[in-house]
Amino acid sequence: MPEATTNTREASLSRIRVTNPTADAAARVSEYQAIERAYQQSAAMDRASIIRTFIERLHEYDANVTETSVDGISAAIAKILNTHSQKSTVIADSFKQQFLPADLHCVRESQITKEQLNTIEGAISECEVAIAHTGTIIIRGSRQITLLPDRYLCVVYENQVVETVPEAIAVLGKFAAEPLTFISGPSATADIEMTRIRGVHGPRILDVVLIRD
Amino acid sequence: MRISLFITCYNDTLFPETGKYVVRLLERLGHEIDFPLEQTCCGQMHYNTGYQTEAMPLMRRFVEIFEDAEVVCIPSSSCVAMIRDHYPKMAEAAGDPALVQKVNALLPRVYELSELLVNKLGLEDVGAYYPHRVTYHASCHSLRSLHLGDVPLQLLRNVHGIDLVELQNVDQCCGFGGTFAVKNGDVSAAMLSDKLRCVENTRAEVCTAVDNSCLMHIFGGLHRQRTGVKTVHIAEILASTEDEAAQ
Amino acid sequence: MSIRVGEAAEAPSFQKAALPLLDDTQLRKNVRHATDVITNKRAIVVGEQHDWQQLRSAASAIKEHTLRHLDHYLLQFEAACTAAGGHVHWASDADEANRTIVDLVKQYGGKEVIKVKTMTSDEIGLNKAFEANGIHPHETDLADMIIQLGHDKPSHIVVPALHKNRQQVREIFMQAMGLSELGDKPEDLTNAARHYLREKFLKVGIGFSGANYLLADTGGVCVVESEGNGRMCLTLPDVLITVAGIEKVIPGFRDLEIFLQLLPRSATGERMNPYNSLWTGVHEGDGPQHFHIVLLDNGRTRILADPESRQTLHCIRCGACLNTCPVYRQTGGHAYGSIYAGPIGAILTPQLFDMQHSQSLPYASSLCGACYEVCPVKINIPEVLIHLRGRVVREQQSGANIEAIGMKAMANIFSSRRRFEAAQRLGRIGQWPFVSKGWVKHLPGMLGNWTSVRDLQPMPQQSFRSWWRDRKKSAVAKEKADA
Repeated sequence: MPEATTNTREASLSRIRVTNPTADAAARVSEYQAIERAYQQSAAMDRASIIRTFIERLHEYDANVTETSVDGISAAIAKILNTHSQKSTVIADSFKQQFLPADLHCVRESQITKEQLNTIEGAISECEVAIAHTGTIIIRGSRQITLLPDRYLCVVYENQVVETVPEAIAVLGKFAAEPLTFISGPSATADIEMTRIRGVHGPRILDVVLIRD
Repeated sequence: MRISLFITCYNDTLFPETGKYVVRLLERLGHEIDFPLEQTCCGQMHYNTGYQTEAMPLMRRFVEIFEDAEVVCIPSSSCVAMIRDHYPKMAEAAGDPALVQKVNALLPRVYELSELLVNKLGLEDVGAYYPHRVTYHASCHSLRSLHLGDVPLQLLRNVHGIDLVELQNVDQCCGFGGTFAVKNGDVSAAMLSDKLRCVENTRAEVCTAVDNSCLMHIFGGLHRQRTGVKTVHIAEILASTEDEAAQ
Repeated sequence: MSIRVGEAAEAPSFQKAALPLLDDTQLRKNVRHATDVITNKRAIVVGEQHDWQQLRSAASAIKEHTLRHLDHYLLQFEAACTAAGGHVHWASDADEANRTIVDLVKQYGGKEVIKVKTMTSDEIGLNKAFEANGIHPHETDLADMIIQLGHDKPSHIVVPALHKNRQQVREIFMQAMGLSELGDKPEDLTNAARHYLREKFLKVGIGFSGANYLLADTGGVCVVESEGNGRMCLTLPDVLITVAGIEKVIPGFRDLEIFLQLLPRSATGERMNPYNSLWTGVHEGDGPQHFHIVLLDNGRTRILADPESRQTLHCIRCGACLNTCPVYRQTGGHAYGSIYAGPIGAILTPQLFDMQHSQSLPYASSLCGACYEVCPVKINIPEVLIHLRGRVVREQQSGANIEAIGMKAMANIFSSRRRFEAAQRLGRIGQWPFVSKGWVKHLPGMLGNWTSVRDLQPMPQQSFRSWWRDRKKSAVAKEKADA
């Protein structure tokens, strides 16, 4: 670290310490743990209601939802891409080949350049966890492919859907140091006369394939 | 009950009628009124404008004067808010444990008029008669400091002959804000114009509230525009009966 | 140290700035419409959140705790971020922050930067520093783009161009983007922006952002957004530079569970905003391979030093206080002369300056308390305003200004029954020169601000206490007579 910023660092820290009595680590930790968290942290609804709520929220922001079983994934994907007349697709590296339609024209995430991404029509990936209450899908990595193309298809497993935000954060804890993206609908702005416009940057079409057991 | 009245400096000087109505109402309900003449001001204007040092002696005076009161009634929610929200802090800051104790002992006995009637005396119908179209403005301190909620409306709903009309944006500040009304007179006037529009939309003859500070400001505008609408403190409405109909 | 808060130090007083804005019909309509829409949306999503108050309490407690141990959490963040391949820099003030950032851009050989919305960069005046060093910053948030291309100033924390309507935006875009044709529907304008910016996102190699949350335990950074330009700037360039006030740090990744529920509902009235991005240092094969973060003080440690008002640093920049404020509703943000406007601006701006500037802002409030009610982190703004007014008065102690003299005189009067009653008598007599046709027409000095817009009744001839005394006298006399 350059010297100037080291001096600033020390100066800032000493200004902070002057105003704060320095507690020992144990005191600080127990103070933090004593903070009351009386908000909801676990599911209150039954599983059927959770899934129903999730689907409702997706529909609210015009995402298309296809329910299918594990065996039906590739057929579902094929149908969706056909509906869009989609000719080119990029696939997340971690997405299993067996779930892709056999004749799909596609390229893997690690094989694609930024410039190619600019023209590719859609992307496919899985997610890490989904939140029913807010209609949120959380993905790990794959940030560029799920951003540049105009369509995004996400495969969500029923048991990945939790009811609340705290439950999702708990699931994500082990991946906390990885790039994570929370997606709750297409992008939007209300900057012009408070009129909400969808799809400023990022995919405007969101397809969710929900795998029911 | 022996009720000690803190009339407030501005009511004493500008709205003595409100005090008279409070006395009439509480005596009608069978209570004895006590008025310690030494009282002057709770210190709110000074404290809120940044003159906290000057407010301190006023606070001590109030605490001393009402130390032995059974119950203190104040027809002004902003003054009650001053006492409840700030007196404990002021006493702590003064580093005077005896004063802190006195404040803590006194606070539970201090009531705004409508909360005295409903919460302490358990009354919602005070036998009032007021045959006019009335709309109620919720002053900020009554809502957000005292959390009076519906209490004044409960009293008003039970007034015989009243035509009570709901005020739109009832919880939006009228723009008085103490010295704000002169220090930021233009914005205060802009806020007042929004409030006046809502009052006039109710077609009420009368706008009421638990604070004459708001009402003085609202009436200042209603009269300037020659609307013919007047403001009265809630005490006047509650004190009116068929025998002694208030004008 | 040179503390800067945009151009607030040179701004006129709130009273002066407000007057012409009150006459701007278009502005007042736009502000009223915008604040109505957001407050209604907020009310709905907050109303359905049954544990809203519990979330607020937890958030406030976490912020309080973090500030009490700020040095620890900043150091923890620095260590974790560095371990993950990030570089952490510290800046005492605006100039130092700008120098650091400009040097970094030069180090990477950049002439252009794509920027995600961050008020912190407006606070330090970063764009000016960029331009002075031959670096061109491209604002990519739609509203910030409108402000930048229109050579304007932001007027709201979350919706900076709320004072502009569609026709005004259309004109700005046509001129700046060189378009001969452009519809004026919001969709047309948004499409124009999408097209214009896409090229920049793919080309420019250096991204610049702020941060909503710094996570001390993981060294992670969280950015909350709606438009997608954030994701573009955070993932496409090879270099990412972030600036964040030191108060943005929270103890742990886990604590996001609270703030990600409070912020979207408070800021835009949604259960969740479209995109949240979280990253830690650099990640091979995904996103920028060079990450630098500048931790900014610029007056924050001063605020920390004041136990009565350090709660100001809880702020998560949601803008809910602006939307609900009846004063802001009349004037919009420019009246405050600071990028931090509204209730939070009224307490944050002068404090960053240690009360040396923006002294009119703590008085730009009727103390109605609506802001405190909606604040997701429970900043008692009215209490802080009163505290800051006290600091302003004490700063001006040497001045023999009329207000101070008047207030001291009033305090003297109120401190004695005799003096109070004498003043009442004096007032009743002394008011007559000002009374005409039964009304007080005009009051002297600042009090004239009352009578200029409101009628005022003269003082009644008998005070309450005088009536009380008379009543007592006749009661006593009656008793004697009856006896």
